[in-house]
Amino acid sequence: MKTAITVQDLKKSYKKNDVLKGVNFEVESGTIFALLGSNGAGKTTIINILTTLMKADAGSATVGGFDIAKQPEKVRQTISLTGQFAAVDDMLSARENLELIGDLRHVDNPAQTATALLKDFDLTDAADRRVATFSGGMRRRLDIAMSLIGQPSIIFLDEPTTGLDPEARSNMWQTIKALANGGTTVFLTTQYLDEADELADVIALLHHGKIVAKGTATELKKLVPGGLIKFTFHDGEQLKMATSVLKQHYKVVEDDGVMLTVTTSGSVSQIADLFARLRDAKLEPADFSQQIPTLDDVFFKLTGSKKEEK
Amino acid sequence: MQALKDTWTMTRRSLRHIVRSPDTIITVVITPIALLLMFVYVLGGALGAQTGSVKYIDFITPGIIIMTVISGIAYAAFRLNTDIQKGIVNRFRTMPVAPSSILSGQALSSTLSNLFSSLLVLAVAFAVGFRTSAGLGEWLLFIGLVTLFTLATTWMAIYFGLQAKSAEGAGSFSYILMLLIFLSPSFVPTSSMTPVLRGFAENQPFTPIIETMRSLLTTGTAGDKAWIALAWCVGILVVMYGLSIWQYKKKTLATNS
Repeated sequence: MKTAITVQDLKKSYKKNDVLKGVNFEVESGTIFALLGSNGAGKTTIINILTTLMKADAGSATVGGFDIAKQPEKVRQTISLTGQFAAVDDMLSARENLELIGDLRHVDNPAQTATALLKDFDLTDAADRRVATFSGGMRRRLDIAMSLIGQPSIIFLDEPTTGLDPEARSNMWQTIKALANGGTTVFLTTQYLDEADELADVIALLHHGKIVAKGTATELKKLVPGGLIKFTFHDGEQLKMATSVLKQHYKVVEDDGVMLTVTTSGSVSQIADLFARLRDAKLEPADFSQQIPTLDDVFFKLTGSKKEEK
Repeated sequence: MQALKDTWTMTRRSLRHIVRSPDTIITVVITPIALLLMFVYVLGGALGAQTGSVKYIDFITPGIIIMTVISGIAYAAFRLNTDIQKGIVNRFRTMPVAPSSILSGQALSSTLSNLFSSLLVLAVAFAVGFRTSAGLGEWLLFIGLVTLFTLATTWMAIYFGLQAKSAEGAGSFSYILMLLIFLSPSFVPTSSMTPVLRGFAENQPFTPIIETMRSLLTTGTAGDKAWIALAWCVGILVVMYGLSIWQYKKKTLATNS
């Protein structure tokens, strides 16, 4: 497989604030790559540098095989950017917005291209209305449609679903998947773990200006222990007994007065042993569950921060 | 070739904005027209004595037109800054579009719309008694000078539009230019001013431009300030164009994120 984007030791500071402290990654052609990080992690800075809007202080990167510092013109012919806020022209109609980009990308027939995209993005009925009257979801759809004109091989999407309602969000996910199926490389940033989990072939976790983890969602989830077993007991007394029985052999954490979380290796023999010890002590949990690690767990483990911080 | 084509695409876009918000044209012409009427009907009687053989309305019309242009270019700064805030300029900057075309499109559309506004104001001036002996040649020179002045000050507007932190603040530089109009022989001859003010008024850039415009319309000659006027216009144009392009390439444009 070809490499669409390579980034080597990329650094950027604003005044004394080091935003990127040496970022490295590669993106394979035709895949969806998600850059996951909280607000202020440096996601947009990476997008700005890769799309030639901003110069890096140090390091190098190629996009579509072209050096971003030496051949920005070539890079611009290869990419398109859909920024964090729909960059559409409110004073023009949807059709005029599309034709404008068609003219600027020098496509053969801007009007025909516009008509086709309006249909694909379900905007035909609103085609001749001014964009100022559009809903958030419609603006986003138009924004993406504008990005597709001229068939760029690499598409950058900066937080494509921020501010969208659940239905518009799900539609956007379908669009992004369809793009990748058609062979386009998609580079997206997101602060939503479920979005990265749902869409991305490869996820890179950006934290304080560095990539702290990279891999498929499955690979990342293996970074947190999978053998967490959670028990609920009928009362605090049973809980205390269970804790005293188990704590000699396992790491246990009590919470909520009736719940107990036990860390195991996740192997069948350990889980069987755990249940055997409870049975021998004549303890009957009211309920139990195995905790499947989510990207949230990975995120919290690697960044040591709470999600509420965003 | 591509740069020209892109510039034309950008100009068309910007002209559409202007045509679709006619209120901006009205806002631009209303102050100069109000001042024109006030100067002619309220102050003209008193001030008219200062202007010698030249009728007062003929005396002030060039200054009123310069005022129209100055209030018009503020909108170029506003429109450009709005595009920056909304991320539209960044979208263009990541496309294979000639960099100068994004700014030049604004410059051209602003120049065209300001010429249109000036024409409206001139029509009102005619309606209230403005008359000229100028022939076709003088009119062409007059229009040429106004166009050049508009283009030069529009590039100033573009520079401030690139710099401004908000669209509302983008046009504030024009207040200073407005002040320059009053500190020039637009409404009264400099000979009636105090010595300090007079020294300033006679040497600031608007003075030779306004005097050349007036000379073309009243005497039918370009007058002795024409080359100075031309030099100021070309100088402002070259410097502001250079600064704007430099600023545009150097700067990471802040959107409202």
